[in-house]
Amino acid sequence: MQPITVSELTRMISSALADPVFQNLAVIGEVSNFVHHSSGHMYFSLKDAHSRIKAVMFRSRNRLLKFLPKNGDTVIAVGSVGVYEPNGEYQLYVEVLFPQGIGELHLAFEQLKAKLEAEGLFDPARKKPLPLLPRRVGVITSPSGAALRDILHVLTRRHPGVNVLVFPALVQGEEAPASLRHALELAQGTDCDVLIIGRGGGSFEELSAFNDEQLARAIAQSAIPVVSAVGHETDFTIADFVADLRAPTPSAAAELVVPLQSELRAAVGSYGVRLAAALRRKIGAERRFLAQLTKSAALKRPDFMVNQLRQRVDDLVTSLGLHTTHNLALRRSRLGTFAGKLETLSPLKTLARGYAICSDEEGRVLRSAEQVSSGDAVNVTLYQGRLVCRVEGRVLHDGA
Amino acid sequence: MTEPNAQELKFEEALARLEEIVRLLEQGESTLDESLTLFEEGVKLARFCSNKLDEAEGKIEIMIKEGQIQPLEVAEE
Repeated sequence: MQPITVSELTRMISSALADPVFQNLAVIGEVSNFVHHSSGHMYFSLKDAHSRIKAVMFRSRNRLLKFLPKNGDTVIAVGSVGVYEPNGEYQLYVEVLFPQGIGELHLAFEQLKAKLEAEGLFDPARKKPLPLLPRRVGVITSPSGAALRDILHVLTRRHPGVNVLVFPALVQGEEAPASLRHALELAQGTDCDVLIIGRGGGSFEELSAFNDEQLARAIAQSAIPVVSAVGHETDFTIADFVADLRAPTPSAAAELVVPLQSELRAAVGSYGVRLAAALRRKIGAERRFLAQLTKSAALKRPDFMVNQLRQRVDDLVTSLGLHTTHNLALRRSRLGTFAGKLETLSPLKTLARGYAICSDEEGRVLRSAEQVSSGDAVNVTLYQGRLVCRVEGRVLHDGA
Repeated sequence: MTEPNAQELKFEEALARLEEIVRLLEQGESTLDESLTLFEEGVKLARFCSNKLDEAEGKIEIMIKEGQIQPLEVAEE
């Protein structure tokens, strides 16, 4: 027989353990020798009455743990078996760890919650506001449950006129998620403007229908705002996270959905009163302003104002008249002076005194004897009439 | 303004506008004409809200299956 090396043997064992049988196992056992190493990795053993297996949970996995395991805890470890070759030890490489009693539902819950949260389904920005006064409240729940009775009781107490449409659904068991989704779908086609989806208290398993992924997506896609009302105050379901509003209980959901009719009525009434008071004040203020105006001289004695204006007009007319007369006189006197001057310059007057104007045949006035020659015809204009003469002779330098 | 329409106007919108009108009127900065218009609108809104609150049909119904609705008898405790 040909011997093999330790390493070869270890590798053979390692590859034998890679068999799917040893992969993705859920192992239940008690924690012992627990060490949370400074590297962040967790080393421990899982044991029961007869056996023990080494286990390791690396930091990348254990930082998601919602609890810190300790010796003596009974846990469920999900992981795969492998060999740590340097020591030749097989061990459980743990991926997920949760205390016993918190079953797979819890695991699924946490995983689904993380997934939907990462998708943004819980984003506050996508939550729809609830109507202040709903036209009709849709209630998706079991028609025989206490939750429905509580909801109806609170709804009608707060607002006796509220319209309610109940969409019956199974709220627990395997068919519950599909039943709830169907009811939610039916509600979309109605005039309900807010929906309550929920049920009364129960165990984690009983509430698990509200942790259904498809239901969560249907709630997120609802065109009508959805209020979740599942179980008690301490119960949280996926539906609570994805709903537009989470109510701690079904009764609380009813309170959140419908306002106190009396409160709203009082609010509307008080607005009406304030409206009237404000308008009265406004009119009062305007009236006082008007009264003030009426008291002013102008409005109190309109004739006074008119008389004042009339007087002013008279004044203007008078002064206008004065100016005109004055101007006229001035112009008249200046005209007289010019006329006198004109008169003295007129040749007619000179002619009248016996002077005559002598001009040549072309009509040029003669001022010098040199302008004509003997025998030329000249015209002599007298005060009255004209002489046509002929020059007989000239005396050029008469000392006249 | 146009008459508040029950189909178009939501209760909360009407109440919000009414609140705004009351505030505007109380500030008293509008002209008398504007004040009167606001008042008129406010009165209509108040009446609309009041009517909405009084719409007391109080129908409690249950949808047996799609499109089939019947009244639901509620047993009081």
